[in-house]
Amino acid sequence: MSTLLELRGVEARYGPIKALHGVSLTVAEGEIVALLGANGAGKTTTLRAVSGTVRHTGEIVFEGKQIARSKPDAVARAGVAHVPEGRGLFAELSVWENLRMGAYVRGERRTLRQEAPRVFKYFPWLERRRDQQAGTLSGGEQQMLALARALVGRPRLLMLDEPSLGLAPTVVQEIFRIVKELNADDGLTVLVVEQNANVALAAAARAYVLEVGQVAIEGESAELRRHEGVRKSYLGY
Amino acid sequence: MRRWAAPTLQGLVLAAAVVLIVVLPRFTSEFRLGQFTFVGIYFIALLGLNILTGYNGQISLGHAAFMAIGGYTAAILILGQKGFELAGHDPSHIIPEHGMRPLFTIPIAGLVAGVIGYLFGLPALRLAAVSLALATLAVAVSFPALAKRFEHLTGGGGGLSLPLPQAPFGWDISTPHWLYYEAWVTAAILFVVAWLLVRGRVGRAWRAIRDGEIAAVSSGVSPAVYKTLAFGISAAYAGVAGALFAIQVSYINPDTFPVTLSILLLASVVIGGLSSLSGVIVGALVLEFLPIYAQEPPVLHLNFAKQAGPVVFGVVLMVIVLLVPGGMASLIRRITRPVTAALARRT
Amino acid sequence: MALPLAVVWSQVAQQVTSGLAAGAIYASLALALVLIYQTTNVVNFAQGEMATFTTFIAWTIMNHGVPYWPAFALTLLIAFGGGVTVERVLIRPVEHRPELVIVILTIGMLIAINGLTGWIWGPGVKAFDSPFPNRSVIVGGVAISIQDIGTFCICLGTVLVLWLFFRFTTLGLAMRSVAFNPDASRLMGVRVGWMLALGWGFAAALGAVAGMMAAPTVFLDPDMMLVLLIYAFAAAVLGGIDSPVGAVVGGLLLGVVINLLGSYVDFVGQELRLPTALAVLLLVLVIRPTGLFGRVVVRRV
Repeated sequence: MSTLLELRGVEARYGPIKALHGVSLTVAEGEIVALLGANGAGKTTTLRAVSGTVRHTGEIVFEGKQIARSKPDAVARAGVAHVPEGRGLFAELSVWENLRMGAYVRGERRTLRQEAPRVFKYFPWLERRRDQQAGTLSGGEQQMLALARALVGRPRLLMLDEPSLGLAPTVVQEIFRIVKELNADDGLTVLVVEQNANVALAAAARAYVLEVGQVAIEGESAELRRHEGVRKSYLGY
Repeated sequence: MRRWAAPTLQGLVLAAAVVLIVVLPRFTSEFRLGQFTFVGIYFIALLGLNILTGYNGQISLGHAAFMAIGGYTAAILILGQKGFELAGHDPSHIIPEHGMRPLFTIPIAGLVAGVIGYLFGLPALRLAAVSLALATLAVAVSFPALAKRFEHLTGGGGGLSLPLPQAPFGWDISTPHWLYYEAWVTAAILFVVAWLLVRGRVGRAWRAIRDGEIAAVSSGVSPAVYKTLAFGISAAYAGVAGALFAIQVSYINPDTFPVTLSILLLASVVIGGLSSLSGVIVGALVLEFLPIYAQEPPVLHLNFAKQAGPVVFGVVLMVIVLLVPGGMASLIRRITRPVTAALARRT
Repeated sequence: MALPLAVVWSQVAQQVTSGLAAGAIYASLALALVLIYQTTNVVNFAQGEMATFTTFIAWTIMNHGVPYWPAFALTLLIAFGGGVTVERVLIRPVEHRPELVIVILTIGMLIAINGLTGWIWGPGVKAFDSPFPNRSVIVGGVAISIQDIGTFCICLGTVLVLWLFFRFTTLGLAMRSVAFNPDASRLMGVRVGWMLALGWGFAAALGAVAGMMAAPTVFLDPDMMLVLLIYAFAAAVLGGIDSPVGAVVGGLLLGVVINLLGSYVDFVGQELRLPTALAVLLLVLVIRPTGLFGRVVVRRV
């Protein structure tokens, strides 16, 4: 498996507060990787550094190209889809228009014609409710729309930020099931940030645990499940 | 010792300014003196506008209308019904029968404009910054039409001519000199009033509201009271300036205080420096002299069209906004800081 | 009894139609304001002056013998380019500064452009051709001036074209998405900066349409748009400053109401139309600050 994304010594700060103290990690093509850690450990910031929405230093290589300090729209066009914290939907636009925006990176019309049917296979209800305003969907539906919108652009890398946040356990299961299915069917590469380590480790092949802005532990999911520190701090048994 | 250095320097500069203003009439022509009288008048109007915009964060693009209210109040009181009839106007019944001395009309003009400004401030309470700018601009644009419509009060489009003012109490100074001192003594009094207001409890409340209304409320400041107060005081300043203006040019008509003046007043406050009383004098100088020098730049011996004034004015405003957010006052402060620092080391 | 009533009816209808024509002009300028407000969150006080400037350009082009419609189209292009340039050069640097600062910047533009127009073309009043014949058609006993019909159609036609653009094209959708959520748009690969500049470009072009439609009746002079801008502001506020539909409805409503009040209420007459518009503006702002169609924005601490 070839490396799709590699971070080397990435540092980031919000004003005077340093959020990342040199994060290094890799994501291989076709892999699901989880990023775990407590609140404020720098998980979200790591994703934001990749998508160019936070000031950072260090190296970020995507598909062999340096993308550190690129603008967010350039990173998106390079093939990284970032579903941010709070999902970043256009609440005032319809479901269909949100999907159109997802296809924007690759030229809306043609992409949408090809990709929409594929995405609707995973989320059949979206097709029926395509004219509904996105803001009126339930939390779980919004998360799925955000996922669908990201997929429509056929990204090389999908980055999910806390997809489970505020959702019922069954909905969380459903979302992770779809992510795993996409990974199995199309070889979709996923980097997912989660506070819910149980769910994330069940889906991911490998994981990194961040502590105060640095990678503290890394390894295969199975290995991490047995790791005593991880078990105590993040899995809760 | 260091803490004393800056106020000392400020005091010195202020004293120097006072001396300069007092002795200036000895060294300039009467024409120049007239220009400096306008500087004094603008100084008053800008003080008022800076209280509103600089210290309280409310934009007004309608201050020329408040000046006009002051100007008309003064003109109507100076003329009285008798004066109206003499000039061939049909006066309204609410105008007093006999005219007043110009000097005494000035505080009344301030009061009238202040009350109207206060009343306007009440609905303005509900407006966000931009809507307020719009509403006040609309006031300024509408004022000439209103003035023309109420002919019995304003003499209509033809305007009101006032008798040429003379120094009262038998003082033996020429009219331009008298007008100059009248304007600057008023300006000095109002400057002190503004200074006391701004550095006191009221000023703290204004600034608190400007910097965050909700936070101000939670610390016990009532925005409604202080914002309308700022509007009233600001309009009163404009009214006084308008009265002085009308007396100075001994004439007033609906276009004496055009919309353009409203806009340029705001521009001058920003160029001088928002929430800086010393910036106001720079703003007043800019307002009077920039259009003149833009049209006929000194040294270069060029003569541009009259419109060069506004063009340069607009460009200067944009440059200040883009590059020197604190206005000229902050620029001056930046230059004088090394001096104050040096002074502090000496003492 | 029947005859006078009929006469009055036809007069009222006439006032309504000419009010609609004036209202269509307010609507285009109001829509220009809303367009900029939605994309960049700026109320552009220089909108009217930009329109005046481009209308003078149209006048110059026509004076060089170019026929009306090519000159019209060329002017729109120039206005569009001008709007884009203004956003990139002047507005971009102050994008993240407080609202007050940006408002003052556009006021600086207002002063400078107004002066520049007078400097280049002189302060006098100029006649501006109308593309429509100076005749009337009788519809159901009501004489309607062809110029009013033409003005109405051009203004609302432009609005319609813009609406179709925003609704159905990729670029239009991207511009809307930027207005709603610039951060999310960036993550979708949208070049947000350019979308804002395009917004200014479209607004400037809309303003140019309003200017060219207004000029034949109000005559071309450097200050012609100041009053119109107040009407447009009033219309935008009436409809809700963040609602394009509101701007159009507000503009038409204002045009008709002001025209009727001016003709049938003696106190208002010709002179007090503007103060009346102001009163409407203030009333709406006080009673319903979000306008007729505006969204209620919850202020956070």
